[in-house]
Amino acid sequence: MIRLDGRARKLGDNINTDYIIASTRKRDTIDEQLLKQWLLETLDPSFAASVREGDIIVAGHNFGCGSAMEVAATVILAAGIKAVIAQSFSRTFYRNAINNGLIPVQCDTSRFDEGDALSVVLDGAALSVENHAKALTLTCPPLTGIVLDILDHGGLVPYMKENRALTPRGT
Amino acid sequence: MTARTISEKILSAKAGREVHAGEIAMCTVDHVLGTDASSPMAIDYFEKMGGQRLFDASRVMFAFDHYSPAASAKTEALHERVRVFAKKYGAELCDVGEGISFQLLAERGSALPGSLIIGADSHTVTAGALNLFATGVGSSDLAAAMITGQVWLRVPESIKVTLTGTRTAFLSAKDVALALVKAIGPEGANYKTLEFHGSALSAFALEERMVICNLGVEMDAKAAIFPSDGATNEYLAGRKVGLDAPVTADMHAVYAREITLDISRLSPRVALPHAPDNVVPIEEAAGTPIQMVFLGTCTGGRVRDFHEALAALYRAGGTVAEGVQLVVTPASREVDEILRADGTLEAFESLGAKITTVGCGACCGTSGVIPTDGVNVLSTANRNFKSRMGNASASIYLASPAACGASAATGKITDPRAARVSR
Repeated sequence: MIRLDGRARKLGDNINTDYIIASTRKRDTIDEQLLKQWLLETLDPSFAASVREGDIIVAGHNFGCGSAMEVAATVILAAGIKAVIAQSFSRTFYRNAINNGLIPVQCDTSRFDEGDALSVVLDGAALSVENHAKALTLTCPPLTGIVLDILDHGGLVPYMKENRALTPRGT
Repeated sequence: MTARTISEKILSAKAGREVHAGEIAMCTVDHVLGTDASSPMAIDYFEKMGGQRLFDASRVMFAFDHYSPAASAKTEALHERVRVFAKKYGAELCDVGEGISFQLLAERGSALPGSLIIGADSHTVTAGALNLFATGVGSSDLAAAMITGQVWLRVPESIKVTLTGTRTAFLSAKDVALALVKAIGPEGANYKTLEFHGSALSAFALEERMVICNLGVEMDAKAAIFPSDGATNEYLAGRKVGLDAPVTADMHAVYAREITLDISRLSPRVALPHAPDNVVPIEEAAGTPIQMVFLGTCTGGRVRDFHEALAALYRAGGTVAEGVQLVVTPASREVDEILRADGTLEAFESLGAKITTVGCGACCGTSGVIPTDGVNVLSTANRNFKSRMGNASASIYLASPAACGASAATGKITDPRAARVSR
């Protein structure tokens, strides 16, 4: 079981990957430890400095749309954020998150506010979110098949090192 | 056998078993494409995964398109890392000045009907114009595919998009694409394929279909696929390498949604800042002053686009308005050579345009020209997010090549249908 406790960092709908990290920043380096100082700078230049280890991004619809750039996932992890909760995710960001061990949690975030104390619980395939500030417990769509398998390994690198191939469960 | 969509048929063929929407399919890929923006990271993953060799070096291609040319020693170091890797493992490298990855694959006749292409560039969907399944992935999925020749895909539901009616003068494929982005929304096609049908498809050449597929990802589409027809054969003639396997949807295939767009009455469109779905008829944006016009990218950087832009610029007066910077970036060397041979680039140069190195150009602020503080940019590209072109204080408007050409002449957003200057 994985349990992540942290405070909500609230963002809106359609947060594209260029907003998460600008294309112009990753032109000189793909080192997420360097890039994290510019996390979400287009939306809020002070955001990166305000991130605390364990913070959880809470967004609206279509998080991670636009470019498929994978630094958008690794820079979030490098900043100390281990889960993103959103109404929905763009597919390329979702894959990149799973492949790097960043947990994408799909649930109704409409009642979540900035700073709410949250817990994300991944227990087997079951995924849930507790919002302590709002006394809410939300059950999320479970992670299944190869998605869960990759996340269980901690990402696609450890998965590939162990399996040497892509072998989805049930096929 | 159950009736199937084009997506279900292609992914079934690549999975070696019949699969349907919602299933996870392990698919064999025909081509794996990386860019200079995504390949250095893919190489990191490849090495961390313990990759020893490419599954098939002839099916792996890297293109230096985003940083064309490299603007710093650090960027150049990323290029060099890819060059060294490509040489070591035998993959094809298309260096600075060759062009945009999936554009090159199409031009070489390797993007064939029925194939499966993955690219670490979200706009890989563009290649679906050739009746194939092309989708964007990140660097880690790219690395795993470089090793295994496979990718896991959830077989997507499809949205049936039917284009009807008669195409009018000055109606661009870009206008159709922007109208669809507006109708479907920024996530309306998430996890789904757009499959195109209808009597109006024959009015669009292959290069124009690429424009429509290209904008598919601004609706979050996983793929965007046209049928194979005369336009496909015309494009592939003299290019085709290997065998194509055209795919048609079964008559009773099941769709998640069906949308019909009558193009007869469609007017030119403009996407206002700062989202590609913020689309209005051009009449509502006309008159907005602009200080930079950008012609290029994987959306509007092909031969026909520059011809349409130049013709519209001539119709609207024939000179670039004072205070307007015009930037021209062909999407590939082939496009560049054709435009040089037919005088188009010379004509743009004589109008004072800046012709920049082949590739993605100014689209995402990584090469070419960065907009000045506070300016309005009118662009043939696909994304107008705040700061997309490298300056957060610039406002980016997206439109067709003809609208961009006419507007360059007038210095304000101009309907290409109305722009006729009497002198």
